[in-house]
Amino acid sequence: MTAIGKDDLFEYALRLGDTSLVLGHRLSEWCGHAPEMELDVAMSNLGLDLIGQSRLFLTYAGEIEGQIAGGRGRDEDALAYLRDVLDYRNFLLVEQPNGDWAATIARQFYFSTFQQLYFEKLAASADEQLAAIARKALPEIAYHVRFASEWVVRLGDGTEESKRRMQEGLNQLWRFTGEMFESDDVEDRLTAANIAPDAAALRPLWQERIERVLSEATLDVPAPHRPVVGGRKGHHTEHLGYLLAEMQFLQRAYPGATW
Amino acid sequence: MYTTELDKSAKPAQTTARPEDMERLAAFEARVAADEFIEPKDWMPEGYRKTLIRQMSQHAHSEIVGMLPEGNWITRAPSLRRKLILLAKVQDEAGHGLYLYSATETLGVSRNELVEALLSGKAKYSTIFNYPTLTWADIGAIGWLVDGAAIMNQIPLQRCSYGPYARAMVRICKEESFHQRQGYEIMCALMKGTEAQKRMAQDALNRWWWPSLMMFGPPDDNSPNSAQSMAWRIKRNSNDELRQKFVDITVPQAEAIGLTVPDPDLRWNEDKQGYDFGPIDWEEFYAVVRGEGPVAKERIAARRKAWDEGAWVREAASAHAAKVEARRQADAA
Repeated sequence: MTAIGKDDLFEYALRLGDTSLVLGHRLSEWCGHAPEMELDVAMSNLGLDLIGQSRLFLTYAGEIEGQIAGGRGRDEDALAYLRDVLDYRNFLLVEQPNGDWAATIARQFYFSTFQQLYFEKLAASADEQLAAIARKALPEIAYHVRFASEWVVRLGDGTEESKRRMQEGLNQLWRFTGEMFESDDVEDRLTAANIAPDAAALRPLWQERIERVLSEATLDVPAPHRPVVGGRKGHHTEHLGYLLAEMQFLQRAYPGATW
Repeated sequence: MYTTELDKSAKPAQTTARPEDMERLAAFEARVAADEFIEPKDWMPEGYRKTLIRQMSQHAHSEIVGMLPEGNWITRAPSLRRKLILLAKVQDEAGHGLYLYSATETLGVSRNELVEALLSGKAKYSTIFNYPTLTWADIGAIGWLVDGAAIMNQIPLQRCSYGPYARAMVRICKEESFHQRQGYEIMCALMKGTEAQKRMAQDALNRWWWPSLMMFGPPDDNSPNSAQSMAWRIKRNSNDELRQKFVDITVPQAEAIGLTVPDPDLRWNEDKQGYDFGPIDWEEFYAVVRGEGPVAKERIAARRKAWDEGAWVREAASAHAAKVEARRQADAA
């Protein structure tokens, strides 16, 4: 392992933490509003897992930040509640609104399938802390993949309407999937040091898994689309600002308070 | 969460005159008097069955509707830790609802029938969930007071004569106690905080105190089903007894963290070793029971919207299950 800048590692832990946090937040919006009580339970379950992951990544990011600054870094709440859109690092896919049940399932299906492949590699990261978080998350992710894939099949191979909606959800979100496989200088350096998985290399396997489930669901793979990217640079879709306004309201309205 | 017996029109048990039924009734009453559990396949009077269906389904509905006032703050919870705890709590409530619907189904009704009754406004749920959650402190007050009142009511139900209900209560009480502590902890944190936080906490207590006392139901002299429910051991303590117990436990908790209970008549009574407290606004209580609570319409509208907008999802799941089954049978043939 070559020496890696703490700045890179901080940035990377934020990316992982923000992606889990924003998706967990989206899932928590379903609470009390799902099509069945069992699905209310499932949505909270997935949300809890993802927010749990984000706490570990953000806490770790804060520790690294402390090493950079030579003092104390920010804690998980300072990172979650006191950064604005430009400093958030999540994938654009996970900030997309819940839409109907099919859109929520499409988002989860694309992301969890990716996350499983990615965390299997991250579990062998040269950074022991990141590897440990990934190992802890993998059993949760296996459940998320199963849940989302089964729903893709159920909706695709259900009624005419559910098939139409599922296909629509998949088509709408396809343009945000490319970002998950893109890299930049930070990740290239971390990949070279065996800390970050090479996301681009996972794409064929991801595509194969997606296609296998869609085929079982009698659904079409969406038409190619130029990837919409920007999450890593803090250049988000218009949705994130509203999400943060809601999530951060108390911390912003009562600065410095302990809850 | 929890519900109390709200249906004033419930009729007392009708016993038919047939001799074999009279014998069965006598045997049933002897078993109940001996504190035996009645199980789903056992004979039971129709009135007992109907009372239980009503009470247990109201309890289940309360868990489900009760997700909404707290769910209202999940996306705005002030720290990641609080957010996780609240999300887990609301998830528990959905689980309690599922558990209670299953227990009610052992009495020969389907969950769908029960849900339809809730959505059509025919079935009741706890009055408390028709009050709005205005600030974060309300989440603390609900955990502390509302879950506290629920526990007070559910602990005796662990010895209720109907086995499936009693067993559901054992499981549910464990989780409720945890929620109650978490709620009180939120209030403690606020009362140790800034002036703005203290104000928020006191205001939440002011708004939730009386509605929490109303959760125990009408006063004993105006509780039409109580005598029969006590005789059947569906109910173990009177509404006023439990309410008194709740006040006695909760007032010192409020004082310990510097909160003032919003009742000028509240004072310790040395003779009865309990608190005397002011009159409850029963007119408000009955208005809320009638469906005139501040956010009653919003609560039912939200449940109806979830149900209606989820119809295509449930239909898809059924259609898919039927296809899978048809293919399985075709393969087997």
